[in-house]
Amino acid sequence: MRVARVHILLVLAVIGCALYVVMSQHKARNLLAELQQETDRAQQMEVEWGQLQLEQSTWAMPARVDKIAVNKLQMRAPKGQQTRLIYSKGSHESSVRP
Amino acid sequence: MNYFKSTQTKKLVTLPAWRSRLLFILLLAGMGILILRAAYLQSINNNFLQQKGNARSSHVMAISAHRGMIADRHGEPLAISTPVESIGVNPQDVEVTPQQLNQLARIMSMDIKEVKRRLLDTTHDFVHLQRQLPPAQVEQIVKLGVPGLLLQREYRRYYPGGEVTAHLIGFTSVDDNGQEGLELALQSQLGGKAGSQRVIQDRKGHIAEDIANIRLPKPGNNIALSVDSKIQYLAYREIKSAVEQHNAQSGSIVVLDAQSGEVLALANWPSYNPNNRTKPSFQVLRNHAVTDLFEPGSTLKPFTVATALEVGKYTPDSVINIENGVFRIGKHAIHDTHPKKTLLTVSEVIQLSSNVGAAKIALSLSPEMVWRGLNDSGFGAQAGSGFPGEAAGKLHDHTKWKPVDQAAISYGHNISVSLLQLARAYTVFANNGELKPVSWLKLDKPASGKRVYSDATAHKMLAMLERVVSPEGTAPLAQVNGYRVAGKTGTAHKVIGGHYSPNRYISSFVGMAPASSPRLIVAVMLDAPAKGQYYGGIVAAPVFSSVMGAALRQLNVPNDKPLGNILMPPTEIVREEV
Repeated sequence: MRVARVHILLVLAVIGCALYVVMSQHKARNLLAELQQETDRAQQMEVEWGQLQLEQSTWAMPARVDKIAVNKLQMRAPKGQQTRLIYSKGSHESSVRP
Repeated sequence: MNYFKSTQTKKLVTLPAWRSRLLFILLLAGMGILILRAAYLQSINNNFLQQKGNARSSHVMAISAHRGMIADRHGEPLAISTPVESIGVNPQDVEVTPQQLNQLARIMSMDIKEVKRRLLDTTHDFVHLQRQLPPAQVEQIVKLGVPGLLLQREYRRYYPGGEVTAHLIGFTSVDDNGQEGLELALQSQLGGKAGSQRVIQDRKGHIAEDIANIRLPKPGNNIALSVDSKIQYLAYREIKSAVEQHNAQSGSIVVLDAQSGEVLALANWPSYNPNNRTKPSFQVLRNHAVTDLFEPGSTLKPFTVATALEVGKYTPDSVINIENGVFRIGKHAIHDTHPKKTLLTVSEVIQLSSNVGAAKIALSLSPEMVWRGLNDSGFGAQAGSGFPGEAAGKLHDHTKWKPVDQAAISYGHNISVSLLQLARAYTVFANNGELKPVSWLKLDKPASGKRVYSDATAHKMLAMLERVVSPEGTAPLAQVNGYRVAGKTGTAHKVIGGHYSPNRYISSFVGMAPASSPRLIVAVMLDAPAKGQYYGGIVAAPVFSSVMGAALRQLNVPNDKPLGNILMPPTEIVREEV
């Protein structure tokens, strides 16, 4: 009689474990799906980052800046007479030898 | 009834004994076969079956790896890989209506016949329809919902600099492997290694379980080049406009950091757009500044003179008789076509670029000395930059020199160099006599150089080279407002098929500034200018001046000369000897 009771207990334990395995497996799959989604998102962001970087450098191309500065904003490099050098206290005017 | 029954039983009992035994054996044998079969499947054939079973659900998936980014010294991107999708198809699976076919061809901008041919190519399991489509087009194609189309993620390289950095950076193949330029030279560091993982997929193809990472993907390293993209643009813009202005065949420019040997800019014109898949002719692809050799002409004279100063035979003020411009060596004659006076100082030999003067100086030295001076300055050997196809140049061994060879080499003939090599050689004058190695990568501290000339010689040479860039020299157009400039012009007949062409020239200028403590070296070369002007001092020097001026301003280099008007010669510019 006693042995039979132990058997029943063990059977119940086995069923419990089996159900738990199923549950954890399910959880694991869900988590994996989530991970997958996040990885995809990370990759998507990486793609976007690359594209933004590309876009930024395309807008900031020296050739484009040059064209806009000269044609649209009418900018030009100052001539010699229009430039004045100002020395900070640290540097010496003697570094310029006429 | 009872009797009848008993007689029947008796009859059954009398069946021959072998029949039951046979049946027993047959059943036993049948069971035996089953057991053997089971054993065979379970143990011997196990692997194969297991594999087949797994193949239904588990797959090895490739994880693509990113190719490293190439950036300039300030982190400005010069080459970036971004993911794109390639569209492939399994022709055996595909079902497509004529209307869908039409739309497919339109979206991919392909010929409809070509699309059809690929879709119906049943000899293959997988056919690429179109590689590396931008995401927007891929989305449209996916929306068509054609069964049997497969998407494959790949990386495509983009070059924001386009034509400006084309020769320097090079480009990659469709598989994202370096093919030209620095993309090829730095392939081992830039290239990523694709990884793979084993996963279990459900019926719809979603990943249900991640079994194992077979190999982790290894993305390529990002690389910071020594290039400064602003200076690179300036160099490109100026060389392009000079080539167009003088209708030259091509033009090249190299900007080096005089103190570290880093390449700050390198550009050629004609150039091409590396973002286009169709590449231009081989001639346009060539990076002339690194792979092409030319006879430098007078830009080589400073090395002859420096060797002579180093030996102690001459000082900058030693006087040389240039014999009214004709100097005979055996059957050959060396000419100065427009001699100003009969006696020139060594300084003036450089300033006015006298061939006779340089030849006489060279002939007063032993061939070995002249050779050593050139060889130590890096001529006749690769600059060691590791650039694909880098030319070594030709400097014949001094034991084979005849006097006329020695004289010709002294003013830059019978020797061939690349522009990069020439620019690098000038680091000896900028660095107190030390030759710096060329570097394409950003350096944390300047590389150590190799001493070629003494401090004193280098300083004397710098002073002489400064006289070239004066109203009385051959290159007043190389002057830069606010900075002292030292440099040398070169004009040489172009060698075509082993002979000097009478009316085609290579014009060059190599110089450095500020002369008080050189920061930059700029070397300019124009191949066959065809608008009448061909002197280096007239064709190449203005390119030098505008690039050098803008670059020094860009780098905030303090002036070493007052800002003011640039002095030009009262009459015409002194013409150098060709």
